[in-house]
Amino acid sequence: MITNQQIIALIYSAIDELNATREGEQVVKDENTALYGSASLLDSVDLVNLLLTLEELLEDELEVEYVIANEKALSQKNSPFKTIDTLATYLTNALNEQ
Amino acid sequence: MDTSHTQQVILITGSSRGIGLYLTHYYLNAGHIVIGCSRSELSIEHQNYQHFSLDVASEIDVKSLFSSIRKRHKRLDVLINNAGIAAMNHAMLTPLSTVEKIFSTNVFASFLFCREAVKLMRKNQYGRIVNFSTVAVPFALEGEAIYAASKSAVESLTQTLAKEFSEFGVTVNAIGPTPIQTDLIKNVPDDKLNKLLEKQSIKRFGEMADVSNVIDFYIKPESSFITGQILYLGGA
Repeated sequence: MITNQQIIALIYSAIDELNATREGEQVVKDENTALYGSASLLDSVDLVNLLLTLEELLEDELEVEYVIANEKALSQKNSPFKTIDTLATYLTNALNEQ
Repeated sequence: MDTSHTQQVILITGSSRGIGLYLTHYYLNAGHIVIGCSRSELSIEHQNYQHFSLDVASEIDVKSLFSSIRKRHKRLDVLINNAGIAAMNHAMLTPLSTVEKIFSTNVFASFLFCREAVKLMRKNQYGRIVNFSTVAVPFALEGEAIYAASKSAVESLTQTLAKEFSEFGVTVNAIGPTPIQTDLIKNVPDDKLNKLLEKQSIKRFGEMADVSNVIDFYIKPESSFITGQILYLGGA
């Protein structure tokens, strides 16, 4: 059973990695931080990098191979990539359903 | 990233024979680390060579290969997307299963490898991808409708991925070889091959060294401004 807290910890690690490469404002590690949309600091390349780093962390830390940007995630009415919280909730549910 | 004098990690698909086997030896001799893959086991014994037996069009197999590269080498500098198959026949005599097989290896596998490679390359903001087209595309050769169509798709992929991957410091280019005397053309009649050579500006078979020369150009660090290009050998 994978917990929401485990996933949030991995998302924060991925944000640390992203922030290390950013020259401008740092992305805040908070569950309400927007990852997507006009309120987000991330551009499309940042979001791709974040999701790919997260996939690697899932594999390394939890031994789970999972493509995050899959058809199911992309077709949801409310995007799971909106905030850290929505991403963590989506991933926790999806990984435990596997 | 300056890789001009360092050992590079190079992945070559279809490394068990033909151009792939030549390139494997060529880059090992140049002192690089080469990872090869093909359906068959490969008997190259070299401390800098690692072989994976897999189906290049299997997403699970390919993801597992890249996972191994990431864990072992932590990076990938060059992908040479060489694996390919050809079938030469009149369109009316070409079964759909052949079309699917050719597209699966030439297009779907090339895409899979490009997609997984850039995920690894983005970390260093450096990477070189070389895809394989053919002179059959510009020549629109009779009997090669499906092969040429699949390679047209590879050219289109090359040009679009060049744009998508540029933000990650990764270039994507393609080489279009002329016929080279390998297994790929062993069943093509001589008169057909001679007719093809007549269409080239320089009327001879290609050599393996002609191919490695172009790849050397594409992958050298100084070629960071060269992307989305298709280079045909022999003056197609």
